[in-house]
Amino acid sequence: MEAVKGFINWISDPRWLFLLSVILFFFMFRLRVLWTVKFGIVALIASLAFFGLSMLDKNFRIISTTPDNVPIVGLIFLMAFFTWLSLKQAFDNDDRLRIGQPPKERTERFEKVMVWPDLVYTEFIATVLLGAVLVIWSIVLKAPLEQPSNPTFSPPVMKAPWYFLGLQEMLVYYDPWLAGVVLPGLIIVGLMAIPYIDRNPRGSGYYTFAERKYEIMVFMFGFMILWLLLIVIGTFLRGPNWNFFGPYETWDVAKVTPMVNVNLSEYIWVKILGVGLPNQWFGAKYMGILLRELFGFILVIGYFTALPPVLANRSRLFNGFYKTLGGARYHVMMFLLLAMMTLPIKMILRWTIDLKYIVSIPEWFFNI
Amino acid sequence: MSKIKDFQEYVSKSQVWRSIFRVGVPTTDRKRALAVLGNVFLHLHPVKVRTSGIRLKYTWCMGGISFFLFLVLSLTGLLLMFYYRPTGEYAYPDIVDLGEQVSLGLMRELHRWAAHLMVITVWLHMFRVFMTGSYKPPREFNWGVGVLLLIFTLLLSFTGYLLPWDQLAIWAITVGGNMARATPFAGYEGPGASLLSIGDIRLVHAGDDARFALLGGRFVGTNALLRFYVLHCVGIPIVAGALMAVHFWRVRKDGGISGPL
Repeated sequence: MEAVKGFINWISDPRWLFLLSVILFFFMFRLRVLWTVKFGIVALIASLAFFGLSMLDKNFRIISTTPDNVPIVGLIFLMAFFTWLSLKQAFDNDDRLRIGQPPKERTERFEKVMVWPDLVYTEFIATVLLGAVLVIWSIVLKAPLEQPSNPTFSPPVMKAPWYFLGLQEMLVYYDPWLAGVVLPGLIIVGLMAIPYIDRNPRGSGYYTFAERKYEIMVFMFGFMILWLLLIVIGTFLRGPNWNFFGPYETWDVAKVTPMVNVNLSEYIWVKILGVGLPNQWFGAKYMGILLRELFGFILVIGYFTALPPVLANRSRLFNGFYKTLGGARYHVMMFLLLAMMTLPIKMILRWTIDLKYIVSIPEWFFNI
Repeated sequence: MSKIKDFQEYVSKSQVWRSIFRVGVPTTDRKRALAVLGNVFLHLHPVKVRTSGIRLKYTWCMGGISFFLFLVLSLTGLLLMFYYRPTGEYAYPDIVDLGEQVSLGLMRELHRWAAHLMVITVWLHMFRVFMTGSYKPPREFNWGVGVLLLIFTLLLSFTGYLLPWDQLAIWAITVGGNMARATPFAGYEGPGASLLSIGDIRLVHAGDDARFALLGGRFVGTNALLRFYVLHCVGIPIVAGALMAVHFWRVRKDGGISGPL
């Protein structure tokens, strides 16, 4: 038992959990067997059994029954269920499309039903049921209330509200101006831009995967891996001082993790060229700083400006995007996509070569 | 039995009854249509909808549930406002009293759990709309309105998080508020802020930057509490309500509840 717990604690480290989730994510679209009723029931029973057994562990019980964490436990199950439900219908429809039948929703297109009684009753029943759920939930679980606010005593665990924990987790890899301002802004802009970038006329109004593979994979990667997974990590696996703790581990305030992160400029000027940082022999004014971060700037600017045209020319996939979307749409899409992909890239750089910042100008609060 | 029937008929033929319920029991399609059209709440709906539009497996009912939760939150929030005073000295004791002194003191629980649930249902609604491709023309604009509603849902939840005025609240908002400090140009620890200066005088400093505007101070204090209270109870609900009206209107105008075109 302890060995199993130890293994789960080990694999819950954001590094392994993230890599494992990404691998599972890309595999799940290929395994048709996952999206059947039979597998759904097996997965539900298995996850409930795992959850039930884990509740025997004291630390797991504490973290998953904290009142504000209960909705997130619910969120995990709800998301798994609705992912299954949507992809099951998508693959069912794809099977129909493959043999020349229309998607299920289209067969219903012209037969309309009366709102009264069909829809009104559904709404009424949903209202009553949800009302009952809320009342029971509120009776069983008290809303949390801690000690009165005290600006002079900061608690060891400081967490934003749970729906912003993805952003707080991003603070591990980015400065606040990116994690808290620029990237959330790009998420909003990117979401609103979806209908204007996606010009694929197929798959409108019915579940399908085959007709909109890339849209669905990019959206679900952002939503499930880069948003929800980070929330789950931030809620259940981040303890005092934002240190990592496995689900069966005690939150030890005194846990110390070494900070060995190195900036790209130090890698190049000190470790590779061996000449020292330019601001030490060039002065810490503009020239010294800009020279120091030269390679970082080249990398970042090249990533955003050179990669889209290169991919459009060299990659058949991206060339296809370029042709169907046109120049303007293609470049907007690529900017948003590349901005999104900086997060996994920065994560992997941190985990493999302890890279802290690609461009690091603390003098101007400008770190990337 | 006949006495009861007589009485029923007497009531349903009375002037009072007929002034309220124009149509009577909707037993025919004509009367059903009139029942929907003649009711200010039901007439948010069309008379007829696509079959897929009422199939739970297709819609998941998440948009409707989100709206219902918004109504629950408005009602419970209103009741909470009777007891809660947004000042440093009263806020916390009022919250304690809400649980211990007020009869049937479930309102804070209902409010908090419904709020958490609403965040989840709004995300699931967006997920469903994406997975059915329902943002595609002619619904592009309404998807954008939906994204804004998602942001306002999060902001409502965020501003409400501070109001219990306990340790959980102020330090969570401190974490959030510190992000505003790093806003490019507008936050005093943001990139570019130091460029905005005249000689040695900085135009953007800790006393006038984005975080100061958000919190009404350099840290989470009673000014922040009042600001968040007003935004939570008045400012954001008005904007969200207006956007919801647009959202529902455009669902109707852009071809009805989603389905294959």
